[in-house]
Amino acid sequence: MSGEVIETNRRLDNNRVISYRSREESSSTASVKISVRNLDFFYGKSQALFDVSLDMRERMVMALIGPSGCGKSTFLRSLNRMNDIIAGTRVEGEVLIDGQDIYAPGMNVVNLRRKVGMVFQKSNPFPKSIFENVAYGLKINRLASRKDELAAMVEQALRDAALWSEVKDRLKSSALSLSGGQQQRLCIARALAIRPEIILMDEPASALDPLATAKIEELIVELKSQYTIVIVTHNMQQAARVSDSTAFFLLGKLIEVNSTEKMFTAPSEKVTEDYITGRFG
Amino acid sequence: MIQHRHLDDELDSLRDRVLLLGGEAESALERAMYALMERDSDVAREVLAHDDAVDRIEIEIDRQCIEVIALRQPAARDLRFVIAVVKMAPVLERIADHACNIARAAIDLNNEPELKQNIKLRQMAEHASSMLRAALDAFTSNDAAAAREVIARDTEINDLYNQTFHDLIEMMVSEPSTATRDARMLFVAKHIERIGDYVTDICELTVYMAEAAIIKHSN
Repeated sequence: MSGEVIETNRRLDNNRVISYRSREESSSTASVKISVRNLDFFYGKSQALFDVSLDMRERMVMALIGPSGCGKSTFLRSLNRMNDIIAGTRVEGEVLIDGQDIYAPGMNVVNLRRKVGMVFQKSNPFPKSIFENVAYGLKINRLASRKDELAAMVEQALRDAALWSEVKDRLKSSALSLSGGQQQRLCIARALAIRPEIILMDEPASALDPLATAKIEELIVELKSQYTIVIVTHNMQQAARVSDSTAFFLLGKLIEVNSTEKMFTAPSEKVTEDYITGRFG
Repeated sequence: MIQHRHLDDELDSLRDRVLLLGGEAESALERAMYALMERDSDVAREVLAHDDAVDRIEIEIDRQCIEVIALRQPAARDLRFVIAVVKMAPVLERIADHACNIARAAIDLNNEPELKQNIKLRQMAEHASSMLRAALDAFTSNDAAAAREVIARDTEINDLYNQTFHDLIEMMVSEPSTATRDARMLFVAKHIERIGDYVTDICELTVYMAEAAIIKHSN
């Protein structure tokens, strides 16, 4: 190898070293998108969340982890008021999105849910065509005025959900003919179509095989360049792979929130470490 | 919690193997120094012959660490432990390599007349052995404070090395006919000094394992 080539390689390596930023470094500069302050949540007389306060940064992925019943899904659903549809629930504290309290009187919940989309554990496509599943939200929100515009927006949403190449030739087929992983990505496309700013995901890959899970995880990492993502997962390695920060819940309390790197190498709280290392309980 | 129990068993087994490797390195150093001081080349040859077994333990530790990472996906303190072990094993193996180099020097020196001057090689080696034992104790008990104490003791070996260096140079000047033997002794001193550095590396890894603090290169 000539001296010049060695020098070029060294320069390339140096550039790579210089351009590499850990997820922790990247997330520390992003502005706060969601700020939760002293959040308590009640199902009737039973309190499910206790004084939860944390910030979620824009265009970053936050993973919520914790054992079953710890309140992480309740917390997730409180970010777009999905809990409102459950009778007897009550919220205290504040959830600020872009500085606006989403529980303030007069808040337009429909607009809120347009801004804060949601993907559920079990894919739930409508029993309609692939095209109609994605077009539905665009139509009811009157986001497209012409047919060609609607088609372009559906295509873009399917592309963003990494599904377009697999379904472009069968857009009129039933959504229910898709595989489980494809159905889940269709639901993500449906959520993306109405251009939300935040996407909430409640165990989006728990029912999928490893390949479909990998596609969803790749998609999450790609989507964070445009969206703020909050994901509930029981899969520790998934949290480690896709998230920038991780929050650990236990018995309705937020025990620790930290960069994912720190959380999985040196968590601050012993109980977090016990949970992450499988020594819990 | 079956996964947790299996992981604990595997981590315990890794810890045992590190202690086994550490014990072999310590024994190699002591026997190589015995061969040098007591002019017993047979013992020196035994040290050299045993080095393959030491290498095999290192490879076994590597293999087991890879298996634990691939199959158990350790996190937090478990991950730090495995990372510390995977980095510690080659350091211990290198200590044994330095002991082998001392054994080779002993075989050469034992074929020549004995140097009568009082140099502090034995003292250096005893200090290095004692540091290594303390470092392995700190590792076993996950004790960062004890590891830091061992690190602080490395200056004593460095001081002894510097003194030995000057003593040997003086001997070379005052009695040039012994220069070749003095030079071999100087290499032995350097090997022991390097062992002190490696023991420091082990202790730095113990601090990382216990506290998640990276203290290497902090000076």
